[in-house]
Amino acid sequence: MVNAAKPTSRPLSPHLQVYRLPLAAVLSITHRITGMGLSLGLLLLTWWLTSAAYGPDTYDMALGYIASPLGMLVLLGFSVALFFHLCNGIRHLFWDAGRNFEISQTKRGNIYVIIGTIVLTAAAWLLALA
Amino acid sequence: MLAANNLRSPLGRARGLGSAKEGLHHWWAQRLTALALVPLAVWFVAGIVHLATGGEPYEAFMAWIANPCNATLMILFLGVAFHHAQLGMQVVYEDYISCQSWRTAAIVLTKFAAYGFAALGIVSTLICCFGG
Ligand code: HEM
Repeated sequence: MVNAAKPTSRPLSPHLQVYRLPLAAVLSITHRITGMGLSLGLLLLTWWLTSAAYGPDTYDMALGYIASPLGMLVLLGFSVALFFHLCNGIRHLFWDAGRNFEISQTKRGNIYVIIGTIVLTAAAWLLALA
Repeated sequence: MLAANNLRSPLGRARGLGSAKEGLHHWWAQRLTALALVPLAVWFVAGIVHLATGGEPYEAFMAWIANPCNATLMILFLGVAFHHAQLGMQVVYEDYISCQSWRTAAIVLTKFAAYGFAALGIVSTLICCFGG
């Protein structure tokens, strides 16, 4: 019979409301979200190239949108997404080659990806605005 | 689904879902495009940074894209990135859209859109180079 007083020592599945997502899991879903965002960003890239092909007037109009506050915000988002996806994608390629599966390596990789994203984004914007 | 699978022999399961079929090619193409995108993405960012810092926007862009290396890399970037994006979105749909017909519709629409927009971007690049 069940002994109600005995504490349960069997493993419990994660409790949905008190479960803290590990950093590696956050970065994993972020790779997917940035991939989807970048896919939409490619449509904007095409729109920009097409505006140039139509001539100076349409190109200036497109640049007007890009230089607006909202346009700059989109560009910032695109650049962060690209650098994160690039850094984490390189990590994916190492995993695909069968390397870096130890937990310690994964934890170090998390940090490299985050620092890489910040540094590359900052460098690109500093150079572009300089 | 899982319960039904458990009652199947390993051979039955392999016949139903098990073999890689198109999967290996898809997987390999996703990695190959990812690898190619590493240098292409770096070149792309460098190009945007260059354009943001240089002169009259339209003239600066036309001069930049008229450079044969830049035009070639832009065309490669468009082709490879749209291919990679379309392969990646297919995996996302396969994970989240359980209804077969909606899933297939989403995949087919995305493929058509990806190749259509890639063509538009490549043609636009060529027009800029050769003076439309
Ligand atoms: C504009 C450029 C890019 C776009 C639009 C894009 C888009 C995507 C999408 C939609 C996915 C699917 C996400 C998923 O299944 O969770 C994906 C996956 C992936 N991307 Fe990209 N990506 C781009 C650039 C790159 C770059 C530069 C790399 C560098 C290595 C890269 C590496 C990868 C890898 C390795 C995967 C597979 C991840 C997995 O197996 O879960 N991507 N990408």
